[in-house]
Amino acid sequence: MPVIRVQGLGKRYRIGGPVQRPGHLREALMDMVASPFRRLAARGGARAAQEEFWALRDVSFDVEQGEVLGIIGKNGAGKSTALKIISRITPPTTGRIELHGRVGSLLEVGTGFHGDLTGRENVYLNGTILGMRRAEIDRKFDEIMAFAGVEAFIDTPVKRYSSGMYMRLAFAVAAHLDTEILLVDEVLAVGDLEFQKKCLGKMDEVARSGRTVLFVSHNMAAMRRLCERGILLERGTVAAAGPMGAVADLYVRPGRDQGEGARFDPRDRRGTGWARVTDMRILDEQKEPVAARPCDADLLVEVTIEVAGGAAAGSSLRGLVVELVVCSDDGQPLLSLMNVDDTGVALPDGSACRVLVRLPGPTLVPGRYGINVFLGIPFLQHVDEISGALAFDVLPPVEPWRPYELHASRGLLCRKAEWSCSDVMSRTAPAAREAS
Amino acid sequence: MERAVPWVVIDAAKGGSAVNLRELWHYRDLLYFLTWRDITVRYKQTALGVLWAILQPLLSMVVFTIFLGRLAGVPSDGVPYPIFSYLGLLPWMYFSGAVTRSGASVVGSANLLTRVYFPRVLVPLSATLSALVDFVFAFAVLGGLMGWYGIRPALSVVLLVPLAALTAVAATGVGMWLAALNVRYRDVQYAIPFLMQLWMFVTPVVYPTSIVPERWRPLFALNPMTGIIEAYRAAVLGRSLDWGTLGVSALSAVLLGAVGAWQFHRMERTFADVV
Repeated sequence: MPVIRVQGLGKRYRIGGPVQRPGHLREALMDMVASPFRRLAARGGARAAQEEFWALRDVSFDVEQGEVLGIIGKNGAGKSTALKIISRITPPTTGRIELHGRVGSLLEVGTGFHGDLTGRENVYLNGTILGMRRAEIDRKFDEIMAFAGVEAFIDTPVKRYSSGMYMRLAFAVAAHLDTEILLVDEVLAVGDLEFQKKCLGKMDEVARSGRTVLFVSHNMAAMRRLCERGILLERGTVAAAGPMGAVADLYVRPGRDQGEGARFDPRDRRGTGWARVTDMRILDEQKEPVAARPCDADLLVEVTIEVAGGAAAGSSLRGLVVELVVCSDDGQPLLSLMNVDDTGVALPDGSACRVLVRLPGPTLVPGRYGINVFLGIPFLQHVDEISGALAFDVLPPVEPWRPYELHASRGLLCRKAEWSCSDVMSRTAPAAREAS
Repeated sequence: MERAVPWVVIDAAKGGSAVNLRELWHYRDLLYFLTWRDITVRYKQTALGVLWAILQPLLSMVVFTIFLGRLAGVPSDGVPYPIFSYLGLLPWMYFSGAVTRSGASVVGSANLLTRVYFPRVLVPLSATLSALVDFVFAFAVLGGLMGWYGIRPALSVVLLVPLAALTAVAATGVGMWLAALNVRYRDVQYAIPFLMQLWMFVTPVVYPTSIVPERWRPLFALNPMTGIIEAYRAAVLGRSLDWGTLGVSALSAVLLGAVGAWQFHRMERTFADVV
């Protein structure tokens, strides 16, 4: 008997037209005065101007008792939406789900933590928010504390915790959820390396405990190891389902064509939109898409740009400026690359093209980075902009050039400088004084 | 194996699904911890702490006594004006505090609603429950005040328990309704303080019902707080209750509670998408 039965699931979002941002105080004030009237006017049927967007469409699958099912797919394919619907945070637009058992979710750890409350108090509050009973928390309390390794600070307000301690405690509570069905989103990336290993260990344990688990992660190695079955979501529909290994192979196979807009969530983009960035990938030297590159290798980014379907006939990409802004994991811009730079290339007189950008290595200190992409005509038009279009990992160098590790606390950029010495002096040179 | 009844069915077709009582019961500990969090956090890092719960009605009483009782000469049905107005302020401040807090509660918990599922109704409910603590503290002052004036509380004071419950029902109903509306229209958060101010003036908090013309009284009783506050006074001072007014007010309190809960339930599914 399936424990989770999902039938014809669909979720539609409405997105407004292009947002006009008031640039001046006067405009902002005018906008404020006008908005209630505009809202009233919208009642009259102007709603049609809104664009509809199906984050999920006609998704069906069953999960059997004790099965570990992995859901994979690119950002914006609908994975998180699916989990949000199954965990009942948001309602579906179409379809039906039957859940035979309580659902616990590890979608967001630390939800409901309050800085003014102590570690102990937060464990109880967070635990009950996640659906645990008080008696259950009483029983597991010591275990949770030991797992988080914060026993000494149990009666300290969590606002005095280091961010590592905070995350460990939050994960520890969630990891001790004892529901029949567990939803797990990518929470493996919390804490230091040692704690991450502990988390992965806990995941293994959960996966083998005979409970029904729904797993979402970008960590393909973990997915292959933990899940028996997988489904691949693309553009909100099930593109493939079957044994995890086969589905994962399909997912990582290069050249799976995605079509317009599939790659990115339309809610995250801005601009007039007559031309679009439809895909962006990190490639290795064999031109295979990868999720990570060593820091001493060149960073290759492939950007696919297309004139949108609705644009005027004969629209061409020529004259458009493409900018990539590489950002740190917390969104701090680190460097900007433009196709109008000396080393760049002009976009062709066509309706679609792929641009390959090579940033010579060494590039960035090992860690996680993002890229924002921008398409436009400088000072005139904002055509397309996607913040966080791509996330990738930079790995430690294959051929280290420094006898120590590269630490992010010493900067994020990796450059090799040329060093030399001159004006060498020596203390044991009294000859000059003697001469005077 | 027999096909068991599913724990939960999520069905797009059935918008307003039935209230899942089994689930509400399961989450009862959460109601306790949310209420407890509100109470604990409210007076953290304040110098006066829980004194705030006493100071607000006490100082209001002093101001009303000076300006309305003494200077304007508002009648108080033969009771010392401080006692009279404090007996009105006590339930009123609970009502307005509970409505204000629960009205803002859902938007204030947006980060919870968009990340975890739990019965949403617990959020405004815990807000009205936590306001009850202030109410209890403010009662201590009433004891002192009555001792000062040498007034002995009547035996009918036990009626305060059902009356407080009725106040909570009305406050929760209004609070839930406003909380649900606030998710969609943030205008509500600006309207609530103003609404509470106006509502206080159409409620016999600082003046007795006896100054309201006879023919308007039935209309006046439709305000749930009218009958409730008059009954508070009657219960504490041992006077005969105006059962007619109380009946109408109680009915309207229960109705408000039901409508508020229904409106909340109707809108709660989409909170996470809209908030």
